[in-house]
Amino acid sequence: METTLNECRPGDKVVIVRVGGEGPVKRRLMDMGITRGAEILVRKVAPMGDPIEVNIRGYELTFRKADASNIMIQKLES
Amino acid sequence: MAFRFALVGNPNCGKTTMFNEVTGSTQHVGNWPGVTVEKKEGKARRFKEDIKVIDLPGIYSLSPYSLEEIISRNYILEERPDVVINIVDATNIERNLYLTTQLIELGIPVVVALNMMDALEARGDQIDIPRLEKQLGVPVIPTSANKAHGTKELIEQTLQVAQNAASGQLAESITLFEEKIEKSLEKLSELITPMLGQMYPPRFATVKLLEGDEIVTANIKMNHKLIEAIRATRDQLEQEYDNDMETIIADQRYQFISKVVSKSVKKKLSVGGLTVSDKMDKILTHRIFAIPLFLLIMYVVFTITFGFIGTFTIDYIDHLMNVALADTVTTLLHSAGAAEWLDSLIVGGIIAGLGSILVFVPQIMILFFFLAILEDSGYMSRAAFMMDRMFRKIGLSGKSFIPMIMGIGCSVPAIMATRTLENEKDRRLTIILTPFMSCGARLPVYALFAAAFFANAQSLVIFSLYLLGMVVAILSGILLRKTLFKGEAEAFVMELPPYRIPTFKGLMIHMWDRGKGFIKKAGTVIFAASVIIWFGQTFNFSLQMGDEVSGSIFGSVGTFISPFFAPLGFGDWRSSVALLTGFVAKEAVVATMGILNNLGEVGEGSVELMASLQTYFTPLKAYAFMTFTLLYMPCIAAFAAIKREMNSWKWTLFTVGYQTATAWIVSLIVYQGGKLLGLG
Repeated sequence: METTLNECRPGDKVVIVRVGGEGPVKRRLMDMGITRGAEILVRKVAPMGDPIEVNIRGYELTFRKADASNIMIQKLES
Repeated sequence: MAFRFALVGNPNCGKTTMFNEVTGSTQHVGNWPGVTVEKKEGKARRFKEDIKVIDLPGIYSLSPYSLEEIISRNYILEERPDVVINIVDATNIERNLYLTTQLIELGIPVVVALNMMDALEARGDQIDIPRLEKQLGVPVIPTSANKAHGTKELIEQTLQVAQNAASGQLAESITLFEEKIEKSLEKLSELITPMLGQMYPPRFATVKLLEGDEIVTANIKMNHKLIEAIRATRDQLEQEYDNDMETIIADQRYQFISKVVSKSVKKKLSVGGLTVSDKMDKILTHRIFAIPLFLLIMYVVFTITFGFIGTFTIDYIDHLMNVALADTVTTLLHSAGAAEWLDSLIVGGIIAGLGSILVFVPQIMILFFFLAILEDSGYMSRAAFMMDRMFRKIGLSGKSFIPMIMGIGCSVPAIMATRTLENEKDRRLTIILTPFMSCGARLPVYALFAAAFFANAQSLVIFSLYLLGMVVAILSGILLRKTLFKGEAEAFVMELPPYRIPTFKGLMIHMWDRGKGFIKKAGTVIFAASVIIWFGQTFNFSLQMGDEVSGSIFGSVGTFISPFFAPLGFGDWRSSVALLTGFVAKEAVVATMGILNNLGEVGEGSVELMASLQTYFTPLKAYAFMTFTLLYMPCIAAFAAIKREMNSWKWTLFTVGYQTATAWIVSLIVYQGGKLLGLG
């Protein structure tokens, strides 16, 4: 099922279908390895509900839900 | 022959350790021209050749969006070091190689130092190094900088590459992108190369023009035909790949890396268990326990720094400077028959002035030591992760949290800690807001006035002032974000490095790197300021030394500016002079009050001083005075730190002007509002 990354829950394993948005934030996310085809494991949500932490390409990355909503993903397993 | 090697790598790849290991103690630290990004240089030790090593900022990419990335790529393109040593964290190889794919396009020989091999081996993973070398087309040297493994081989190999390059041998080129893109790049490159001159290597320029990099585009003179050709190529590729060009290129780089990694890296099959780091993280960022734990950690750090150990070091140095040293110098000067004014200048001016700053040095070092532990262990980035939500409300990101919390201790290290913020706008705003956090030096002022006027509610009053500082910081953040610092709030994309046990050597280096700046820079400014303030307190306008401060330049200025404070409820000259001397150090307000009430040197617990203050202050006036003390321009040491970090007089003056104006307005509201409510 295709959805956006901000809809995922901790523990979800997903694969990136497309990175939307534009500008420096998008470029930064891609520089950090958020690109098409990469697998993401959603680790957790911060205690106050935002941002989120994910594991990508073997390391931990955090960014905000608003930016996660630009990342289209396909769920692999829960 | 002299060589220059540039160290480039991601943050947290062990670059600093490598630099320290290679250069030993020969390094010197400065700033890049025009910006406050650190520039470190040193000579490679244990080599007879003259090798200079330059440590470039830790970066993830060479995009045109971040200052540090622009500095790094400009350095490589303009200064053309002989070799770029790219430090790659072997345990995080995929993302680290992304920068590598950009570095090899810069037309300068690259050597990869595959660092943290010890950690990789401990994990049970393996990397086929000859294979990796072949795929990347550059030499790869395994290293573990923290154990000094492989660093000698690294420099030897780099030297070899530099010598080969000098004799005209070039590295083989590799194919990074899909054929379609490589072909387009080749075609465009033919058109672009004649326009370049010496400025950019053709491959780099072609990729950047295609991506639409604004800096590169502006620097190359292009004819109409070329602009058209670039546009056509971009349109065609964007349509084919159904994405924008920057995305396509980034995608391609990572696809290349995935191929490389799948062939040369053998990962031990994970058994699905959690690492120690994961387990610690489960507790430290737990949904419920995280924030209480965080508060507890901060509490412990502050109690130790500002509690007994800190107080002990302050008293000790204070005694050393103001009693032992001052007495010795006075005796010496007397026996040498020196003039009274010279004694007054050296003891009352310089020793007292420098002493007031030096007493804070051990405390600041202790604070930096703890912050180094929090940072090197990886906890600091988790704190930013937890606090981001709150800080976004005032237009900042979680990264601003660290400087602000440090501000409760002392504004100076807090302002220096803004260096971790990437975005210039965020940095400036954080610097402006940080001094509103009530620092330790303001506490004696509150203690005096609270005891004199709010005997039954002292803690409550003091607590309300800390809170008021935070509220003013929040409101100021919102206000400034909507006016001067308009625009998108800084994004929050941050790596959370694995928890590591910090090494003692690393902590000391970290602490010293930051602390010495405080001693050196603040020292020079404070030396000059002490002389000026001594002069203002000692001489009158006809340049005669007087005994009464009321007749001195400061006394006259105090009398002159006191009407400025009248609407705030404390328009008498003594309060004005006290606030003036508070610019040297905020706690000086108490000492000055003592002197001006003819009580000599007294502490904040003096009953006589309280009685004296009660004759011309009311509780409301006292609260307004404390409010002003809380918010007005910070002490000279903080001022020097602001100037240093803002790197601009305009911004420095704006900061202190804004703070003082805010102090005036808020005190006015407190006093006049209080009067309207019938409190005064």
